[in-house]
Amino acid sequence: MNYRDGFRRMEAAGHFRRRLADHGRQLAREGRVVRLMEVCGSHTMAIARYAIRDFLPAGIRLVSGPGCPVCVTDPGYLDAAIELADRGVIVSTFGDMVRVPGSRSTLAQARAEGGRVEVCYSPMSALELARNHPASEVVFLAVGFETTVAPVIAMLDAAVSQGIGNLSLLTAFKRIPPALAALISDPGIRIDGLLCPAHVSAIIGADAYLPFAETHGVACVVAGFEPLDILLGLDGLLQQYLSGKARVDNQYARVVKPGGNRQALALMDRYLLPGDASWRGLGTIPASALNLRPEFSRFDAGNRHGLILQPGRLNPGCLCGEILKGKLAPEECPLFGGACHPDRPLGPCMVSSEGNCAAAFRYGGKVGMASGVCA
Amino acid sequence: MKGRILLGHGGGGRLSHELVETEILPRFGAGPLQSLPDAATLTLGGRRFCFSTDSFVVQPLEFPGGNIGDLAVHGTVNDLAVAGSRPRFLSLALILEEGLPLATLGRILDAVKRGADACGVTIATGDTKVVRRGQCDGLYINTAGIGEVIEEFSLGFAGVIPGDAILVSGPIGDHGAAILAAREGFRIDRGPVSDSRPVHRLVEAIAPLAAGVRFMRDPTRGGVATVLNEMALGHHFGLRIRENDLPHSPGTRALAEMLGLDLLHVASEGCLLLLCARELADPILERWRTFPEGRQAQVIGEVTDQAGRVVLETAIGGLRLVDLPSGELLPRIC
Repeated sequence: MNYRDGFRRMEAAGHFRRRLADHGRQLAREGRVVRLMEVCGSHTMAIARYAIRDFLPAGIRLVSGPGCPVCVTDPGYLDAAIELADRGVIVSTFGDMVRVPGSRSTLAQARAEGGRVEVCYSPMSALELARNHPASEVVFLAVGFETTVAPVIAMLDAAVSQGIGNLSLLTAFKRIPPALAALISDPGIRIDGLLCPAHVSAIIGADAYLPFAETHGVACVVAGFEPLDILLGLDGLLQQYLSGKARVDNQYARVVKPGGNRQALALMDRYLLPGDASWRGLGTIPASALNLRPEFSRFDAGNRHGLILQPGRLNPGCLCGEILKGKLAPEECPLFGGACHPDRPLGPCMVSSEGNCAAAFRYGGKVGMASGVCA
Repeated sequence: MKGRILLGHGGGGRLSHELVETEILPRFGAGPLQSLPDAATLTLGGRRFCFSTDSFVVQPLEFPGGNIGDLAVHGTVNDLAVAGSRPRFLSLALILEEGLPLATLGRILDAVKRGADACGVTIATGDTKVVRRGQCDGLYINTAGIGEVIEEFSLGFAGVIPGDAILVSGPIGDHGAAILAAREGFRIDRGPVSDSRPVHRLVEAIAPLAAGVRFMRDPTRGGVATVLNEMALGHHFGLRIRENDLPHSPGTRALAEMLGLDLLHVASEGCLLLLCARELADPILERWRTFPEGRQAQVIGEVTDQAGRVVLETAIGGLRLVDLPSGELLPRIC
C-alpha cells in the first residue's frame, strides 16, 4: 500500500462524492441540515487544500473547530516570549509563533530589533541550542496539543537525563477533550458530529471521545489527514447521524489505538499535571492545560525567569473567538482579507498554517470558493 | 517608512512585493525597472541586449546538487535566458568573510568556472571584498550578466488567450527542499537534490517556435505559485493547473509533505515555466525532452478566461485558489 497516493485517488474520491450527494438528498427529503465540526487545524488545512467543501451538498455544513494550538494561545503568552527575547534569552520556537501578534509586538519584530529567536522544526533543536550555548539561557516555546506535548516532553526528558541546565519551557500545552466538552455543552453551538483529530488521537486514543457519543449523542469519527481519510470520515459521520446512533468509529486504525500511546502518556504523566487554561476566544476551560509538575519547576521558564504572565490585549475587532467556536465563518469577520491578512495578521487564526482564517484566505475565501458555511 | 526590515521581506512573497512597491518603484520605477523584470531588455547603439543581476546568500554554501558558485552562475544565466536572450558575459563579485577556508573558496570558484563554461558565458569583470569575521556568513556572491536578444521571441501577455498551455520543464521545488534538508540536518534516504542548472539550452531549442511563446520564467524564490500569480495579476486571463500533472521528485515531495510545505511555494533553480499557444505544447515538450534538464517536462494546465484567478484542480478533483506564500518560508535559499 502506498500510504500517500493511495489515499488521494481521484476515482475513489468520486465514489465518496456520490455517497455524500446521496446523504445530501436524504437530508433534503427530511428537511434537515447537519453540522459537522472538524476539530483539528491539520484537518482544516487539508480540507481547504484539497477543496473538500466542493464535495459537500447543501445540507452538510462543515465548521472548523478550535484545534489550532497557535490560534488558541493567549496574546499574554506572546508578550512573555517577546520579553524573554528582549532580555537576551535565546527563544526557540516553531515557525508559526514568530508572526503571531502579542499585545504590542511580535517575535519577528523582537528579532529584527536584535532579539535571538530561532525557528526550529523539531523540539530537539532546542536541546541542541542549549548544548551549543552553555553560557546562554534557552527557552523553548512549548505550545501545542497532546500530539506536540509528547515530543516536547521527550526532549525535556533527554535534557534531564543529559544534565542540561540552561534550558526551560514556556508552556502553553492544551488538551483537546476538555475543549470539546466545553463546546458541546455550550447551548449556543450545535454540533451533530465530530471529525476527531488524527495525531492527537494517536496519543490519547479513540476511546477519549466515548463520552461525547455516549452522553451527548454526538457522532464521532477519528480520521486521518489524507483527502480520502477525510471523505471516509465525513461519510461515516453522515451514516451515524442519519441512523440516529452515535458512536466512536476509528477510521484511522493504521495509526490510532483505542487506548492511545501508553508510553507517551506515561512520560507526559511523569512531568505534567492538568490545570485550568485560558484559551484565546474560548475563555478558561477547567483541566485543559498541562503544566510542569512542581518537582520540575526549574524547567518552567516562567518560574526560572521570574515572568508574570498577564492576560494579553486582544484586537477588539478580531472575531477569532467566534470563529474558533465554529459560530462564524472566517469570511464573516469584517477584518478578513482586508485589515487582517497573512502578512499583517491581527489574529492568530490568520497566521498559523493550521488557522481557520489562513486556510480560508489561502485556498479560497477571497473569492468565496470554499466558504466555511455556518448555521 | 516606519519599522524595520523583517526576514519575511526577503521571502519573495507578498511582503517582498510590498517592499518593492513602496521603497523601490517610487524612486526608480520610471525607466526599464517599471515592470520589475528579472532581466531588462535594453537598446544600445541599435543593438538589443538583456541585462540582469542577482545576489546569492545561500546557507549552507554547499548542498546536495551544487554550491553557491554554480548557483550564482545559473541564477543570472537563467534570468537572461527566460527573458529570451542568449547569455554571453557575467560579472562576479565576491564578499568573503575573514576565516573562510581557502579550500572552500577553491571548490566554489571551480563550480563557477564549470558552470560558466557549460553555459558558454565569459566571466568578464569582477570584484573581491573581505569583511571581518562575523560580518557575513562565509561568502556572498553577486553576479550580473549580459545576453544577446534572440530576435525570434516576442514575449508579452497581450496575445494570451484561453486554452493557451502552461508547461514546466522539470520537477518543481528541488532546490528549496535540498537547502532546507541540508540546513536542518534531515537525514533522508534518496532525499532532495538541488536542480541548480542552466535552462538556456531549453530556450535556445524552442527559438524556431518562438512566435507562439508568450512568456517564460524560472520559478525560483516563491516557487511556481508566485510566478503563476504574477502572470495572472492585473491581466485579462486566469490560470488553471492540475495537481496530478505537476512533475516532482519523490524525495522533494516527501520532505514537503513531512513539513507541511506546499510544493508550489518551494524554489527551483533549473526549471523553466512557459506559457504558449496550445498547438505548440507538444512540439515544445518534444524538443525539451531531448535534454536531460527537460526530460520530465509536462503540460501542467491552461489559461482560462477568469481574469486574475489562479486555481488548482486538487489530486481528488476539488478546485481551490493558488495563493502566494507569505512570510519567511525559507530564508537564504539562493
